[in-house]
Amino acid sequence: MAAQVPLVSYLVLDDAGPHLSAHACTACGALSLERRNACPKCGSADGFVDTRLADTGVVTSFTIVQRAAPGVKAPFVSATVALDGGGAVTANIVDTEPDPEHVALGMKVTLTTFVVGTDDNGTEAVAFGYAPAA
Amino acid sequence: MAGDNVWVLGAHMTKFGRHDDKDVLDLASIAALGALADGGVTIQDMDVIGAGSLFNASAGIGQQIQKQIGQTGIPVFNVANACATGATAVRTVYLSIKAGEAQMGLAVGVEQMGKMGLLGMGAGGAAKKEFTPSGRDGRVMPVEGHLGTFTMPGVFAQAGMQYLYENDDVDVEHFYKISAKNHEHSVLNPLSQYQKRFSVDEIKAAPMISWPNTMPMCSPNTDGAAAVVLVSEERLRSLPKEVQRRAVKIVASVLATDPWVESGAALPDVNTCTRNAAKQAYEMAGVDPQDLDLVELHDCFATAELLHYDNLGLCERGGAGKFLDERGPYRDGKIPVNVSGGLESKGHPIAATGVAGLFEITTHLRGEAGDRQIEGAKVGLTHVIGLGSTCGIHILEKSAL
Repeated sequence: MAAQVPLVSYLVLDDAGPHLSAHACTACGALSLERRNACPKCGSADGFVDTRLADTGVVTSFTIVQRAAPGVKAPFVSATVALDGGGAVTANIVDTEPDPEHVALGMKVTLTTFVVGTDDNGTEAVAFGYAPAA
Repeated sequence: MAGDNVWVLGAHMTKFGRHDDKDVLDLASIAALGALADGGVTIQDMDVIGAGSLFNASAGIGQQIQKQIGQTGIPVFNVANACATGATAVRTVYLSIKAGEAQMGLAVGVEQMGKMGLLGMGAGGAAKKEFTPSGRDGRVMPVEGHLGTFTMPGVFAQAGMQYLYENDDVDVEHFYKISAKNHEHSVLNPLSQYQKRFSVDEIKAAPMISWPNTMPMCSPNTDGAAAVVLVSEERLRSLPKEVQRRAVKIVASVLATDPWVESGAALPDVNTCTRNAAKQAYEMAGVDPQDLDLVELHDCFATAELLHYDNLGLCERGGAGKFLDERGPYRDGKIPVNVSGGLESKGHPIAATGVAGLFEITTHLRGEAGDRQIEGAKVGLTHVIGLGSTCGIHILEKSAL
């Protein structure tokens, strides 16, 4: 199997199975996906602990992109997902038709991963998205 | 608040649209010279300039404008604050007068966008040859299209859909209605880039950009400029009566950014900053939203306008759909919204937009808006959003000196 790297650092690919990990502020618990120098919620610089986020959540908004940026395949569904137990993330809704009949506000979804590119060393970049919950 | 009251003395905007025969300095100069002439003053009277042109943010646009209209040695503040750049330029001049450092100042916003295409698309195209994490999220290649979208029609579509998720009695049909309303309004505004009526059915059937936003529901890329001259009340008293009579009082000037919310990790929050700015502005002005005779708000996309009925308190909380159904934001409604045609029709030359909002309100309060005049308008509010996020609000009042 080809070597794989996550598309972004908050996607973790390890033996526990692919999952999202956020930086939780040690002072107030606020979750950040990106690297932060201090907490955007409370300003504490005491540090962060890595916290696993749930694989399941609910679609709180979405759009179906028809006119995409150059080099980007359309149509695709972009959605914000409120994760069970906390945290919010933007990702594509996959494994369903990209139309308003197949995607709905409040829809329950589950994390899934897929390869989106390969570099010259044959290493694959793995992205995450959400599929309608079974 | 300390400091003298601040008034709008002069205002001018170019027609918004395509100006292939002019450059960005031509447009800025037309607006600046127009605003000075409108106020009956000259560049020699100015103590400060606030200038913005987002796509020329590092170019010293204010000094370049001075070289067209008069290098008098006064301080220039070049500002950049995304789509709130124009409002920021206005507020910079406002603060200089409030602080007592200036008696009169010029705020200019200008943009020449031509046919730039989608904004916010980031880098598309091929992956790097060797995946190496970079940036705050450690991405190894461009994420647009793989992890959702950051194109503007998509981001604001999601902002609108979030409102639908959180509230009852509102659906995508409301977005189409908003677009039809603003295009209907635009027919009366000769300064608007487009002046064409669209039915709800035509809007639905138009080319899809980012569902539910079709093409007429998206603000176009636009060339244009707008400028205002602000003056302290003390200085205004020394000016001729006929100049005083057309001056309009700024009763609130506010900028606010977005406080932390959990959903902000997924979608820029344009709601909380608007709510906070609106609360401050109404307190500062001593007016209630129900006192407003007209509102120009940031309808960069039809999906965005709906949110701000609620955020600005034009309706009850959660009642944006009902407000629209009851024709509240139409020309003949309770609180007319975007009688200029809004950004969807008038156009959205980024840095000019916020200043053009003040032009529009000022023109109505003076009773000089021609066919699109809201009769008897006494108080108006103008609102912009810069993604990332900033909210700028100004409330203007027709008031005796």
